[in-house]
Amino acid sequence: MGVMSHEAGRIIVPGGMSRRHFLNHLAGAAALAAPATAFTNTILANATDMRKRHKAAILLWMGGGPSTMDIWDLKPGAATGGPFKPIATSADGVQICEHMPMMAQQMHHMAIVRSMSTREADHMRGRYYMHTGYVPNPNVEHPSYGAVIAHELADQVPQLDIPPFVSVGGGSVGPGFLGMTWAPFVVDSNGNVRNLDMGVDPARMAQRMEMLATIEKRFISERRGGSAEDHARILDKTVKLMTSPQMDAFKVMKESQEVRDRYGNSGFGRGCLMARRLVEAGVPFVEVDLGGWDNHANIFPTLQNQKLPELDKAMSGLVSDLADRGMLDDTVVMWMGEFGRTPNINGGAGRDHWARSWSVVVGGGGFRRGVVVGETSEDGKEVVSEAYSSQDLMASVLRSLGISLETTFTAKNGRPMKIANSGKVIKELFA
Amino acid sequence: MRGALAGAMAVMLMAAGRMAFAADPVDDFGIPHVRFINDQIASAWSEAGLTPAKEATESEWCRRVHLDLIGRIPSVDELQAFVADKSPTKKADLVGRLLGDDYEDEYARHWTDVWTTVLIGRDVTNERVNRPGMRQYLRRAFSKNIPYDRFMEELVTATGANANRKDVDGFNGATNFLSGKMEEMGVENGVQATAKTAQIFLGTQVQCTQCHNHPFNKGKQNQFWELNAFFRQTRSLRRRDGTNDVQWVELIDEDFAGEGRNPEEAELYYELRNGLMKVAYPVFIDGTEVSKSGYLPATMADGTAYGVNRRKELAALIKTSPLFPAAIVNRMWGHFLGYGFTKPVDDFGDHNPPSHPELLDGLASRFREQSLDLKELARWIVLSQPYALSSRMTKANERDDPSLGEKPKFSHFYLRQLQAEQLYESLLTATQADKTARSEDAAKKKDAWMSQFVIAFGTDEGDDATTFNGSIPQALMMFNGDMIKEATSTGKGGFLDTVASSPMPNKAKIETLYLAALARKPAESEVTAANRMLAARRGDAIGALQDIWWAVLNSNEFIMNR
Repeated sequence: MGVMSHEAGRIIVPGGMSRRHFLNHLAGAAALAAPATAFTNTILANATDMRKRHKAAILLWMGGGPSTMDIWDLKPGAATGGPFKPIATSADGVQICEHMPMMAQQMHHMAIVRSMSTREADHMRGRYYMHTGYVPNPNVEHPSYGAVIAHELADQVPQLDIPPFVSVGGGSVGPGFLGMTWAPFVVDSNGNVRNLDMGVDPARMAQRMEMLATIEKRFISERRGGSAEDHARILDKTVKLMTSPQMDAFKVMKESQEVRDRYGNSGFGRGCLMARRLVEAGVPFVEVDLGGWDNHANIFPTLQNQKLPELDKAMSGLVSDLADRGMLDDTVVMWMGEFGRTPNINGGAGRDHWARSWSVVVGGGGFRRGVVVGETSEDGKEVVSEAYSSQDLMASVLRSLGISLETTFTAKNGRPMKIANSGKVIKELFA
Repeated sequence: MRGALAGAMAVMLMAAGRMAFAADPVDDFGIPHVRFINDQIASAWSEAGLTPAKEATESEWCRRVHLDLIGRIPSVDELQAFVADKSPTKKADLVGRLLGDDYEDEYARHWTDVWTTVLIGRDVTNERVNRPGMRQYLRRAFSKNIPYDRFMEELVTATGANANRKDVDGFNGATNFLSGKMEEMGVENGVQATAKTAQIFLGTQVQCTQCHNHPFNKGKQNQFWELNAFFRQTRSLRRRDGTNDVQWVELIDEDFAGEGRNPEEAELYYELRNGLMKVAYPVFIDGTEVSKSGYLPATMADGTAYGVNRRKELAALIKTSPLFPAAIVNRMWGHFLGYGFTKPVDDFGDHNPPSHPELLDGLASRFREQSLDLKELARWIVLSQPYALSSRMTKANERDDPSLGEKPKFSHFYLRQLQAEQLYESLLTATQADKTARSEDAAKKKDAWMSQFVIAFGTDEGDDATTFNGSIPQALMMFNGDMIKEATSTGKGGFLDTVASSPMPNKAKIETLYLAALARKPAESEVTAANRMLAARRGDAIGALQDIWWAVLNSNEFIMNR
């Protein structure tokens, strides 16, 4: 197919060329890996379908490993307990930290799992394990939550131009054997996507893409390995993204001041607001990163004055906003880090890494609301109820999104890999 | 007639024999170490029933060896000189040149990039690390090609100021390896220094055993803290200069009184998971103990010497450890071949057996015999047969694919993306902007460009990753970024302007673009596509060349080492 109309050897740049028209050209020109028909069908799909209900998940990732016994599972009076006091919440009988007063008003939407017990207390290993349900293995890279959920839910919004796995602030884990198609799209908390402006008119861009496709195809045909095809796929996606009106979803400043105030004027707050906008636009998985929880020293003032106020404002803003908009039934919210922190307070008034007994928080989707699951001992050092693992949590999240736990992936080496590493659903999280 | 037939038969038989045994004599350039590699690799092929890919083209090999040794693609002149060279020793000659005086600066720049990332990562936010200082040290070390044991020793035992400032004496850029790894959250315990020293110089990951015995190798918690004890005389002192910002850091050794305040036997304590405290003194990972004294070496009034410099002891023990040469051989192999003998390259142990144990050991001991000369090690690897293979797979070797989790067999060259630094330098070379752009100012510009790809993980360990990984942000940068705008600019006197205004016919102009970026001539289909663009933009040849150039620079072929 000819990309441009020619008249007396001069290019006619079609003024006001529609996006669909442009993309059709690119689809013909690029058509690198995705079948062209699938590509054009997505463009032709009715835009109002976007408003259809779809499932999504938002992971609030607490990089560094937060001290959950100072936030969700307080031990007042215990030697290990620290200075914070518990307060009542909107969920019957559920108490959380006094420095989370706004979140306390939202706990009827959420569930705390106080009986997480894992073994990975190194940052890298813990981050990998909690994101994938697998311990690191030199021979295979496993897909993270974002990649798995995006992979399973991407079909529900076929006209999505934004990558289905967005990571706000980075810090996530990659797609592993599912491939670069499911890699996190990393943006900063202001939603800035660099280098989005193509700088030449669309007609010329289409010509460039045609030339590029010629080179790509030739190289791919030489069978030098999968990364050549991966590159072509990414080019296709990049073109879609560059021209998409959906990119507005990244612009939190389009929200009213009132809404922005609800999430707080912090990077994490803006990230949470962006997550809500992205989910509205059809993105099935958003991860928002809040680092700074690796509090080996001076933990209590750091939590009280910095970390908890920022978290409380943003997380309560997100949960209440999702609930008010009627999105919470379809949107799972998860809060976790790579592990908890030692019940023993160290010589520097900090807490060190601790994986044996700690908490995560989930809500929305098909989860039961306003409950606490599991229990730790009086000093917080042991789980005294049934203990749950990363894979159990992952199985539960998938179930609450309606994703079948019978799903089996085939790793690149042909080995079957059960979704969520055959984790068992945490039954108390479901009514 | 009969003789001719017999002759023909003999040729056919020889051909058949060759097919059966793939026994073309492989050039080892008269270097026994190269032969050793070739033999070891080939015997693993035959064990696995793999037939290696055919040899890469001369241009492919030439591009590869430039990228891996000096961190950029070859210029058109360099490429054409190599292809035109008819000498049977041309490959060895080219490697000799790239490792020799002519390319000393470029070699040093490339390995400075590589080792800056190894030693201090890509994150630029650690106030106790001075990147220019680190680089200054590395440039000197690689320019002089100092032996690898001296390199390690200088980094592990460094003292002095980490920044090169007029108002500060005692600058030693090597201090930057440890200056940012001594303290975490106000506690100066050298935990990161311990972990990174073991990881980089011994290929051993001990960081998990900081808190507990390793779940699946022999690592024990006491080993971590006994190794950590070697760093307890060391302090990283922040120096401020009228402002509140840290201006530089001084890394010093001082007497260590021990946590029990007995400097004769200066111990530290660590906490077991059950809350018990245990004592640790300096003991190397192989069990070798050194003096427990916390005093630095000194002499008493009566002339008796006492005390010990723990970091110097540590460097001496690392030097003699068999893991020391093995770790660097594995890292270098991974650098050139895309995969090390273990993955990751710095995680030896029973839990992670190497793909070619005899080759790894053999190269390690040969490297030590060769005075730990990194350029020699590089020479053996790039002249070896596996490094010379095509990345084009065949039915007979396509299952050798380490990205599927198999152990690498190196039966074809593994396609891989350029590192961000390699891409940056290659763009400069391709656009002939390198002559003017490679000053110290240029290093700052490069840093600023690199920083857009860095993701920090927000932990104390300063872990970082890069979005320069084949994802959409990278593609956007290559489509629309400033660097590409500059590279495809049609400004007067620039690369495209020079090509466009030369008297060459259009076909030769297109060829020049291809040679400059891809080290090959365009294929028929590409010439056709390019001609279409020239025809469409009739009257605007430079505009058409600009579009073609944009496409070439954005192609998988440009961004891959192949």
